[in-house]
Amino acid sequence: MRYKLMLATLLTAGLATAAFANPYETTLKNGLRVIVKEDRRAPTAVQMVWYRIGSMDEVDGQSGVAHVLEHMMFKGTPTVGPGEFNKRVAAAGGRDNAFTSRDYTAYFQQVPKEKLEDVMALEADRMRHLTVDEKEFAQEIKVVMEERRMRTDDNPQSKLFEQMNAAAFQAHPYRRPIIGWMSDLEAMTAADAKAWYDTWYVPNNAYVVVTGDVDHQAVFALAEKYYGPLEGRPLPKGKPQAEPKQEGTRRVTVKAPAELPTLIMAYKAPTLRDVDKDRDPYALEMLSAILDGHDAARFNKKLVREDKVALSVDIGYDGTTRGPGMIYMSGTPAEGRSVADLEAALRAEIGRVQKDGVTEAELKRAKAQLIASQVYKLDSMFGQAMEIGQIESVGISYKKLDRMLEKLQQVTAADVQAAARTWFNDDALTIGVLDPQPLDGKPRRPAFAGRH
Amino acid sequence: MSKIAMKSLFTAAVALFFAQTALAGVKIEHWVSPSGARVYFVESRVLPMLDVQVDFAAGSAFDTAGKSGLAAITRGTLDLGAGDRDESQIAEQLADLGANLGGGADTDRASVSLRTLSARDKRDPALDILKRVITRPTFDLAILEREKTRTIAALKEAMTRPDSIAGKAFWAALYPEHPYGRQAEPETVAAIQRDDVAAFHQRYYTAANASVTLVGDISRADAEKIAEMLTAGLPKGEAASLPPAPGAPAKGLKKLPHPASQAHIFIGLPAIERGNPDFFPLLVGNYTLGGGGFVSRLMKEVRDKRGYAYSVYSYVAPMRQPGPFQIGLQTKRSQAQDAIKVARSILDEFVKNGPTEEELAAAKANLTGSFPLRLDSNRKLLDNASVIGFFGLPLDYLDTYQAKVQAVTIEEIQQAFARRVRPADLVTVTVAAD
Repeated sequence: MRYKLMLATLLTAGLATAAFANPYETTLKNGLRVIVKEDRRAPTAVQMVWYRIGSMDEVDGQSGVAHVLEHMMFKGTPTVGPGEFNKRVAAAGGRDNAFTSRDYTAYFQQVPKEKLEDVMALEADRMRHLTVDEKEFAQEIKVVMEERRMRTDDNPQSKLFEQMNAAAFQAHPYRRPIIGWMSDLEAMTAADAKAWYDTWYVPNNAYVVVTGDVDHQAVFALAEKYYGPLEGRPLPKGKPQAEPKQEGTRRVTVKAPAELPTLIMAYKAPTLRDVDKDRDPYALEMLSAILDGHDAARFNKKLVREDKVALSVDIGYDGTTRGPGMIYMSGTPAEGRSVADLEAALRAEIGRVQKDGVTEAELKRAKAQLIASQVYKLDSMFGQAMEIGQIESVGISYKKLDRMLEKLQQVTAADVQAAARTWFNDDALTIGVLDPQPLDGKPRRPAFAGRH
Repeated sequence: MSKIAMKSLFTAAVALFFAQTALAGVKIEHWVSPSGARVYFVESRVLPMLDVQVDFAAGSAFDTAGKSGLAAITRGTLDLGAGDRDESQIAEQLADLGANLGGGADTDRASVSLRTLSARDKRDPALDILKRVITRPTFDLAILEREKTRTIAALKEAMTRPDSIAGKAFWAALYPEHPYGRQAEPETVAAIQRDDVAAFHQRYYTAANASVTLVGDISRADAEKIAEMLTAGLPKGEAASLPPAPGAPAKGLKKLPHPASQAHIFIGLPAIERGNPDFFPLLVGNYTLGGGGFVSRLMKEVRDKRGYAYSVYSYVAPMRQPGPFQIGLQTKRSQAQDAIKVARSILDEFVKNGPTEEELAAAKANLTGSFPLRLDSNRKLLDNASVIGFFGLPLDYLDTYQAKVQAVTIEEIQQAFARRVRPADLVTVTVAAD
């Protein structure tokens, strides 16, 4: 009902382009899909090239190679010298970067609309013609090691997450960090990166998403011109590497220099596979909003503001992944309260949902936020391209995005309660604790007098 | 099939209409509300939403001596109870409306921003909450103490992080004995009393000290009404006087220990204030030096050629009084000294000679060519218009931006860098360097 109301609002605002005819798609003969979402608000465009290949496709001993290759993608082809890619994008008044996830590797450029053709030519060139030079590799692998030091080794929370994750998954490749273990990075060669590229960087393993002030037919023609000549190739068939059922709580402790402890509780959770039939992924998403969607949502109100057991609490759930899902609760206990106190408090909150459910008012509130966020997301062309790219990466069509929204709007309080009962299950729980250590190795200084 | 064709036609018609509105450019309308608040408005009808930001000259530079953190605590507790609503009612009502309240306090500025749907039944109650929050915060004592406790814990945690330690030491060295250099400590936050917060609000959250920026789906007439409605309940007040100009920095090397695997390195000095004509030469020059992302000299020499760092940059951050020029990088602790040498030699060479003709052309091509990307969302329009409003930049700042970039010469860059980035005055802070 509220969903219909929203559509009415959009229509009166003249947003029919965004809501209906858009986006457009075509598939080239080599298997490359091209998805275009026209958005004429400003004379700019975004191109994203998504490869259906991420760290979960790596094998042991080569963790991090997907991400290293992402770095190497800026190191040139026979026609575009090392560093020249960035230089040309910059000269076009553009911005570019790339990111690697467990599930995909994606490259993007934001440019004035007249320059879209230039960056399409550049992306097409490096899709099949990358040079993986030994010397460039030798420098770049050092950069990646510095990146690991910065993001993980010197960041206690990241380290905790990495360790927790490695304990939660045993058979599934999600156990490995995206950036790779340091020893794998140290042992990696240019040949490893080249093999990765040759195997996976083909048009039939990729899709292009363009948003912005563009005409879709013109974009299709450019795609045909630049990406069309590239040859596709059959992909190797992967092994399922399914994670066996977890049968008991696992606990991990990480010691690192820090002031405050951190607790993370991660439960195995479902991911969306069938947009129409699945129920729990939608219910868990609404539950996350009810627990942590605004400042007076249950977690913050009860644990931070009323009981003061935590300084901060978060919940994280991503229901759209290629591999197995997880729902995480994490937080920092308030001074004078222990990690055990916080764990008990989080369990009590989940227990309350399992026993008494959630209220209609809470559910309605979460849905109102969802409706508004659908309008706000249109403010960012990059965000719209991301949304399409991300859902496609897990094998769900962007055409289902509206249906997913409908399904979220249909979630009932009973669905939320049932999902909480099913998935917050101790046997599928992994707990990680950051045990803070003094920086200088000496005992902690006396407690500060002004503490309350 | 025919259905699709029809939709396409419809799209083309609507798209044409949008293209015309988009090409009209950014028109920032400005007036002073009867309350005394300055107002900046960009009408943008494409999306059914409205962004409003109210900025006050109420950043940490205005903290009372010995009570650093007062500006941040005041801003942080504004929306934790206002008028007859408690903190939960405010958050729940905003969520019910699908509205988001944001903002924060930096050195010069404290901001409260609201994003709401523009339909009247959503917009009006959301704006009413914004008004209460800025005009009638209750500063409940128990909530204040709770937030002080959380702030103190976060400060202590930050002081175990190499980047936070480096940042704090850097600002302290750049601005000794100056409000810009004073930062919140557990002791100074603990010293803040409710009366301090209420007095700070009364003194700095005034109409004369406010600029209101509105971007979105409303008319000029509505914008006028909204701006007045928001600020009429504020004390008239007077514009806060600027902090004094900073003195000389504590130049030289400050080396701090830390067990991290990477050293964090900051190099810089106070450089330039908002509105100074040297800004454009510095901006264009810095693009080549370390501002241009992957194509800057620092990136090429420190990252690409030597693999010393993942992130290396330089930037110029103009503030009310001269804000910093800063180089930052992180590298394996054992090679910190080598990395500093490389960064310094690049900087020294650049200050001496400026960019080459080719580099200057590349900088201009990117800075002018990327201009549309700075304005392609309501969020970006809001950010730009609020900066123009708060710092009193000319209303045609965006219109003249590209021409000013184009006009910069190599000589001007050399002169501006020689004046503003004096190698002899540089501060270098390292944390965890061997």
